[in-house]
Amino acid sequence: MIPDLPADRLTDYLRRMLVIRRFEEGLIELAGEYAVGHFHVYIGQEATGVPALAQLEPGDVGFTTHRNHGHLLARGTDPAAMFAEILGKETGTNRGKGGTLHIASLENGFPTTSAATGGCTPLATGAAFAFSRLGRDRVSVCLFGDGALEEGTFHESINIAALESLPVIYLCENNSLEALGQKANEYPSSTMAAAPLTDLAAAFKVPTITVDGTDTGAVHDAMATAVGRARGGGGPTFIEALTVRWPGSRPIWPQLLTGPTDLSYAWDPSAIPADYAVWHAEQDGLLRYVRELLSAGVLTPDEALAMDEQVKDRIERGVRFALDSPYPPVASALESVYA
Amino acid sequence: MAARIRYIEAVRQGLQSSMRSDPSVIVLGEDVRYGGPFGATKGLADEFGKGRILDTPISEATVMGMATGAAATGLRPIVEIMFVDFATLAMDQLVNHAAKLGFMTGGLLRVPLTVRVQGGVSGRFGAHHSQSLEAWFLHTPGLKVVAPAFPGDAARLLEVAIADDNPVVYMEHRGLYWTKGEVTGNEPASGSVVRRRGDHVTIVSYSRMVHHALAAADTLAADGIGCEVIDLRWLAPLDLEPAVASLRRTGRAVVAHEAVTTGGVGAEVVARLQAARGIRTRAPIARVGAPFAPVGAAPELEDAFVPGSGDIVGAVRGLLGEAPPRTDGQKGGRT
Repeated sequence: MIPDLPADRLTDYLRRMLVIRRFEEGLIELAGEYAVGHFHVYIGQEATGVPALAQLEPGDVGFTTHRNHGHLLARGTDPAAMFAEILGKETGTNRGKGGTLHIASLENGFPTTSAATGGCTPLATGAAFAFSRLGRDRVSVCLFGDGALEEGTFHESINIAALESLPVIYLCENNSLEALGQKANEYPSSTMAAAPLTDLAAAFKVPTITVDGTDTGAVHDAMATAVGRARGGGGPTFIEALTVRWPGSRPIWPQLLTGPTDLSYAWDPSAIPADYAVWHAEQDGLLRYVRELLSAGVLTPDEALAMDEQVKDRIERGVRFALDSPYPPVASALESVYA
Repeated sequence: MAARIRYIEAVRQGLQSSMRSDPSVIVLGEDVRYGGPFGATKGLADEFGKGRILDTPISEATVMGMATGAAATGLRPIVEIMFVDFATLAMDQLVNHAAKLGFMTGGLLRVPLTVRVQGGVSGRFGAHHSQSLEAWFLHTPGLKVVAPAFPGDAARLLEVAIADDNPVVYMEHRGLYWTKGEVTGNEPASGSVVRRRGDHVTIVSYSRMVHHALAAADTLAADGIGCEVIDLRWLAPLDLEPAVASLRRTGRAVVAHEAVTTGGVGAEVVARLQAARGIRTRAPIARVGAPFAPVGAAPELEDAFVPGSGDIVGAVRGLLGEAPPRTDGQKGGRT
């Protein structure tokens, strides 16, 4: 379903999803030609990250995890600066000192990315604690995958958030379902006896919502409920968004498995290739959202393609900017160790 | 003359004055509303309200991370870890997050966090409540480490730590809590200080071992041996200028701490002293520290483990050729 929002907001959501998709496709392509190092892409989870995060207000914060690119882009972080950061350039979001695993953007509400699984849960809870003590009407969003629930910090954090009624939202993107291109028993992404995962939050009397993470409207509504509760002093919410795991990490799965996304798959089923047809037809939240916008009359195929061209152009310029940018001066390796 | 107060009261005074001057200073820890096990935070909840004194669950990892996240978003938190031994539970948040956020963001973020820990051997607490883990923190770029030996420094350097925009590990010694001293407010904010002048041997130390060093200097003075005692106070950043200046004159040094000698702060200090300009030692620099073992709980075992003034006296006599020098990093003989 599509969110109950004005048309310009609906198309803005699509634009943000396309920025993420083309960014990640561009990154995989870039990694084929340049020494990019490792990274984790967000393809297949755009319909979670965008509706969840684009509705936040300035001053709200998010603490994210290794699969972070989509979160930062969803709130408007400059793709060029992110490419530059991933390539270790001086013009990167962190001046080349963070890399893909630590991208930060204060102006977009991302103080840091933690690469320690479960590392962001206490940080996000602490930001909510700060907001509550400073009397700021702000929310803190903790973004993590199902694997982070295996760390003790989640359970400690949600306990304190519940006890103190903190304005924090725990958004778990459970992408462990039917990972594409994954052989049986290969790299299981989740090893948790508890099921469903919402039981873990329910034990702390924290309200939970389970949502189809490819359903833009459902994610939007779930997040709106959680944000409203947090701002109203009602404390934390745990959201589990279910998505299919697109095989995007380097070096384990460096290839663009499902190929560059062709938006015409949304309105022309005959164009869908046989390989991964189910993915294109049913599991890709971005294509699903395009179909929903078309059927609601919010957008025409031509408008979608025109928007996509603009986004592709922006991404291409971002890549070029990153490639053309200088590396940081070697002396900066020892700067900012202390404030 | 300034009032003489106990070390634990000086800690409380440092907390109190910081909380009075800055409303963003907040305390998080286990049982802190009631004062904690030794009374450091006693009365703060009454004066500042429960909103600024958070009694947390027994969740060191998350409390450390929460304080880090709160420090990055507008608060100036103080975390109390009841015993430094349990800082081990919070090391991911302290080492991977608090210490590195400023650097990893290219200087965008500041983490004005103070971590109060207490430790050291005192009171037959056994191996989970008696450690001196400062070397772990010293080894982490991005952390500052301070270990006051006297009430004046306990109050003053806590205020300095809280006002610092970096994460600071503030290390109290439980065995000093009931010692008394003057609090003038004029104690230097940074660097090490000379506690006693002497011409024959330089003794470099910090925390409770400074008291043992001064006692050792008294003992040795009776034999005409003059010891210069340096109190490092800050372990990171480490200020060795007074120690180097002293060693240039004496040519002999003992570096003494209560922590296990192996891989300890003393190893770093000795290496830097040896490499300093103008140093020509008359004997290898000696280390005094605990042996490479956990501490036993039985009184006899604890006493056999913890180094004291006798060990320093033995080390000094060894340097002067009065006894075989102990430079193997093991606990010296007791007198």
